[in-house]
Amino acid sequence: MTNSQLLWLRKNLFSTWYNSLLTVVCLVFLLWIARGILIWATTQAQWAVIQVNLRLFLVGRFPQSLYWRVWIVLAIASTLAAVTWGVFSSKQRLTKLGLTLYILIFATLLVILPLDFTSCLWLLLVGVLLAIGFWIGRRFTKVIYPWISLVWLLSFPIILWLIGGGLGLQSVSTNLWNGLLLTLLMAAVSIVLSFPIGVLLALGRTSNLPLIRWFCILYIEIIRGLPLIGILFLAQVMLPLFLPVDIRLDRVVRAIIGLVLFSAAYMAENVRGGLQAISRGQIEAAKALGFNSLFVVILIVLPQALRAVIPAIVGQFIGLFKDTSLLSLVGLVELTGIARSILAQPQFIGRYAEVYLFIGLIYWVFCYSMSLASRRLERQLSR
Amino acid sequence: MTNLKLLWRDRRFWRISGQFLAVFLAVVVVIILWSNLNRNLQQLGIKFGFDFLKQQASFDIGETPISYKPTDTYSRALWVGLINSLRIAIAGIFLTTIVGVSAGIARLSDNWLVRNIALVYVEIFRNTPLLLQLLFWYFAVFLGFPKTENKISLWGLIYLSQNGAEFPWFTLSPEFSALLLGLTFYTGAFIAEIVRGGIQSVPKGQWEAARSLGLKPGLVMRLVVFPQALRVIIPPLTSQYLNLTKNSSLAIAIGYPDIYFVSSTTFNQTGRAVEVMLLIMLTYLTLSLTISVVMNLFNRMVQIQER
Repeated sequence: MTNSQLLWLRKNLFSTWYNSLLTVVCLVFLLWIARGILIWATTQAQWAVIQVNLRLFLVGRFPQSLYWRVWIVLAIASTLAAVTWGVFSSKQRLTKLGLTLYILIFATLLVILPLDFTSCLWLLLVGVLLAIGFWIGRRFTKVIYPWISLVWLLSFPIILWLIGGGLGLQSVSTNLWNGLLLTLLMAAVSIVLSFPIGVLLALGRTSNLPLIRWFCILYIEIIRGLPLIGILFLAQVMLPLFLPVDIRLDRVVRAIIGLVLFSAAYMAENVRGGLQAISRGQIEAAKALGFNSLFVVILIVLPQALRAVIPAIVGQFIGLFKDTSLLSLVGLVELTGIARSILAQPQFIGRYAEVYLFIGLIYWVFCYSMSLASRRLERQLSR
Repeated sequence: MTNLKLLWRDRRFWRISGQFLAVFLAVVVVIILWSNLNRNLQQLGIKFGFDFLKQQASFDIGETPISYKPTDTYSRALWVGLINSLRIAIAGIFLTTIVGVSAGIARLSDNWLVRNIALVYVEIFRNTPLLLQLLFWYFAVFLGFPKTENKISLWGLIYLSQNGAEFPWFTLSPEFSALLLGLTFYTGAFIAEIVRGGIQSVPKGQWEAARSLGLKPGLVMRLVVFPQALRVIIPPLTSQYLNLTKNSSLAIAIGYPDIYFVSSTTFNQTGRAVEVMLLIMLTYLTLSLTISVVMNLFNRMVQIQER
């Protein structure tokens, strides 16, 4: 061991007798846990439950003959994500380490996942598209930057059309939208829909029209005082009672309404934070230039306010993504719901730990990458 | 004519009439929804009213802090549920504060190992759904424990088995234990970040001044830094407590009979959607309000007292 390594150890692990004791206790604890996990994962766990049901976890009972549509959706979404990533990280250099890591991840995915030949080809295509998208994003940052959110918005109906069908494509009933596919879809649809409502509620809450303000405060505080599961219950059970008898809403649509009602109230509070951060001078200056109230809000206030709360909105998105798991309690078969149905298969009864760890890993990868992205965005915006 | 023109240009006119229009629209929507509701309930043959609360509940509840039999009324059952909710909320808030504050301080430790263990804890528990964690604690951990005959002993203080956690002087059911652990560790990860942010917001000069007075690091934290950090910590901490209380409704996923669980059983048996929803709303709004009021009082205590 070199001198500098020893110094590091001394400084970071054994600076005082008290720290040395802590280090030893932590080491024993870590070894104990690592040993337990290793023994369990290699001797007791039966990973077949994951291997056999991989398709179910990802897309559920989506018809196998139409998988190409899901692959196209994945290709569109990942290309756009890569372009966006490229645009926002344009200042950083792509390191050799990063590139190797990227290739390694894709290679391992191709090897460990029990995929057939066509799926492998699709996955390869997605990998290549990711790389191309990233390159385009970095190369044409200036051109793409103003359009990126519009392109995302436009891709949305196309993705929904590809998954749901109709208009010339064979339609797929929402009962068959399962697994991770449904989780991602619900989270994305709810955040997109709740965003404008949240902005309106926030504007209402900070407006100086008393009746409107009270209404918004009432809505936001009631919704925020209720547990999400209560709101989902409201949407699933009560909503049909409030609608005319002949209107029947799809289960998925009702769930989306519940999530949007819930998410809009939280979104409103995030946006309110941004609105409060804008100095009065901005508004007064705009008014002095002769803007009327509507234009002041749309052209001056909102762009600044929303920019300030992008990290908070990403945080909200992470929360919503995790909360979609509650939909399994009202009978939707998203990721957690499909886990429940897999655990009911007679040959896999009692394999809770394996299944929950696996879907936990999926949730974790998505949430953690979103939080990394949000931290990066925060740093970029604060510059 | 000129009067009308003046009115047309008057901002006050627009503000007032706009608000009245909004209220009018809201009232119309509510009336339509209400009449739909009435028609639908009539078709289902249900009359609005709370007299069902006096009927016999005839379902069993797994965990009853006060005496309860299936022959008791729905209101008694809901009462049991409410007490169970309060039990989990109070125990959860107490434990999660300990876990969260410890992890938050550990995140700033000068011991590399401690710091990184805390970091891994926070990132794992914050980035996975609470429901999943609860299911894991209940099905994979507690139901995975051995039967009561060969229970696991932890230094003779706690005995773990499928019957839950046994302490020398009391026993916790597996449902309660799993819910408590799940809520505690999930919320604790969020509190850890809040505590870390709060401590980091205290200027470095405060540390240095306290150290130069000869205070030991532990005392500096307890007497100088933490009280100041509390001012930043308390508001977001309050919302975490509220989250914990609301999240305790996930008890329904693992069968712990809290107020939401009992209400939902009541709804399934009586079909009283509107009344049950009102009860749920009322309960959670009261709970949230109570926590807010208590925490706001506490908040006022730790603020800087200026003349």
